[in-house]
Amino acid sequence: MHVETDVLIIGSGGAGMYAAIEAARAGANVFLADRSLIGRGGATVMAQMTVAVALGEEAPDHWSHHLADTIQAGRGLTDERLARLLCEEGPECIREMDTWGVGWARRDGHITQAMAPGHDRPRCAYVDFLNTGPAVSKTLRTVVNRTSGIRKAGDLLVVDLVRHDGEVTGAVALHLSTGAPVTIAAKATIVATGGLTRLYRRNSASANMGGDGYALALRAGAPLIDMEFVQFFPIGHLAPRLIGMDPIMWDPFRYKLGGRLLNAEKEEFTERYGTREDGRYVITRDLATYAIIKEVEAGRGSPHGGAYLSFEHCPAEALRAAFGPVIDRLAANKIDLTKMPVEVAPIAHYHMGGVAADPRMETEVPGLLVAGEAVGGANGANRLSGNAITEALAFGRRAGRSAAERVRGGGHAFRAADAHEAIALVSANGGPDLNTAAMIQRLQATMADDVGPFRTADKLTRALATIDDLAAALGERPAGDARPFDMRRIEWLDLRNGLMVARIVAQAALRRTESRGAHQREDFPGMLPEWQVNQRARLGDGRIALDSLPVAAAVAAQ
Amino acid sequence: MKATLKVWRGRDAKAGRFETYEVPFEPGQSVLDGLRWIRANRDPSLAIRFSCINANACKECMMELDGATVYACTARLEPREMTLKPLHNKTLVRDLVTEIAPPAERFKG
Repeated sequence: MHVETDVLIIGSGGAGMYAAIEAARAGANVFLADRSLIGRGGATVMAQMTVAVALGEEAPDHWSHHLADTIQAGRGLTDERLARLLCEEGPECIREMDTWGVGWARRDGHITQAMAPGHDRPRCAYVDFLNTGPAVSKTLRTVVNRTSGIRKAGDLLVVDLVRHDGEVTGAVALHLSTGAPVTIAAKATIVATGGLTRLYRRNSASANMGGDGYALALRAGAPLIDMEFVQFFPIGHLAPRLIGMDPIMWDPFRYKLGGRLLNAEKEEFTERYGTREDGRYVITRDLATYAIIKEVEAGRGSPHGGAYLSFEHCPAEALRAAFGPVIDRLAANKIDLTKMPVEVAPIAHYHMGGVAADPRMETEVPGLLVAGEAVGGANGANRLSGNAITEALAFGRRAGRSAAERVRGGGHAFRAADAHEAIALVSANGGPDLNTAAMIQRLQATMADDVGPFRTADKLTRALATIDDLAAALGERPAGDARPFDMRRIEWLDLRNGLMVARIVAQAALRRTESRGAHQREDFPGMLPEWQVNQRARLGDGRIALDSLPVAAAVAAQ
Repeated sequence: MKATLKVWRGRDAKAGRFETYEVPFEPGQSVLDGLRWIRANRDPSLAIRFSCINANACKECMMELDGATVYACTARLEPREMTLKPLHNKTLVRDLVTEIAPPAERFKG
């Protein structure tokens, strides 16, 4: 099967859908592909939290203040050009979402903006109750559906990009519900596949966030940057078992109600690590993650190995007013916040690194663009809370616009011969009998145990050895068959990408012999001026090569 | 304690079979937890559809539990025999996976 389009967009989260709308508005034909269902997988739909944006509705604000906070959070590694795009164009996207009926929470006739850690003023908009991501996804999906010029294709897993003379000319995909290969010819391709947090055992992402877009870009010749920086969300839900809720749901509770972070002895402890909270919510993510892990190591963790989060001091009426029906969903899980604390622990949440891109969202490879979390650099070594949805929308919009501009330049250069290798991979039958589900679990365990927030040379070296073992077991021949929804085939392809990406994270973490933001080396504590550089990864002759370069902001001063 | 999952398998709606798996049970777990345990520990060829795993956000894990339509991620696993079948009113893809996307959001070659 073969498809021709102006713009191919891979991934239909917030970034991919906004890119599709913008490219179509600019006159391009768009083919929007997702390995899952349109607008259902990925990270956006999972985001129950807030959107940081300088609207100035709650208090006077300007994008330059948001930019200053974003740069401060990034610990010296932020690409200021990309961060500026996020902060400056975010308000337009958020206002446009408002006209599309997303339903930002309002109070006294203005959009409500909450205070969040790391921000100098109340800046974070949201949709009640815990509904920001689902509302954003649903709204964009509705607009995609009424915009002419966008074809949609769910259950389409892009396996490799296709190149001709160094340009990306399209892609080869596996159609999951038939098992058939599909070639897609495109004048511009946007990777909007999100990050890599599925590579960790405990994560807040969808099952399809396994770093596949990074691997696609890397194999097509584009470099990745800042891959060692994985953000852990400090208060991911740990216990009691909670179903039907996103594990990062406690963040909005803390924005609205504060909440006390306690150790096994029911004492507040973050002051021991430099931040006094007093029931307020002021601690940044990297410091909270550090404080909880150190408290557990000192033998003062909660029963399941985390910390307690308590709202027991909050009256039932205040809880009900702030979270309405969510209180009933908690009750269905036998959780009464007025009578008991919950247990929380750090959980892999976001990836600061990604594909290197310029402010037009173009990569080094002609024809290949990138959007959303898949972009590296905008958040430096640590992302400010609330910036992820803003970046998805602002980067998606910009990528769609740039792709449409490229399309006006002429015809596509897709040649069937360039796709043969990838088609052969997708079409192979009679592959080895591997337990791919167990292999993914082993990779997730290794990443969590040895490439987590606190790293040492020993742990990282051990992780690389496990990744080598898994890669050897995976081999070159795909497991399963080219038949409808063969999950061994899907997971083999995921491991082909995930092992490559996991290896880069571990190698970059081993090479960075300092501690900065989300990358903490227990054997190299302290931030070093000579490490104020971005690490860049390239693929050449089947091997990963890393080098360092000056922070992009330095070379792009305006 | 164990839960017993009796799972419909096959690629032809008229020629399927049930396979029965015993899975570890802890109070509070979901049916999807049980199915994912089967894939990692007994049979990785079992086909299921899910993205968000736990949050009831993606709405992809719809299937029939003892004849009623449920989301596997919010249906509780119970220490008894539970029968799981694909949605009977949707086109079967494989095992518990059906075509649930609106027609305009499906790939057409």
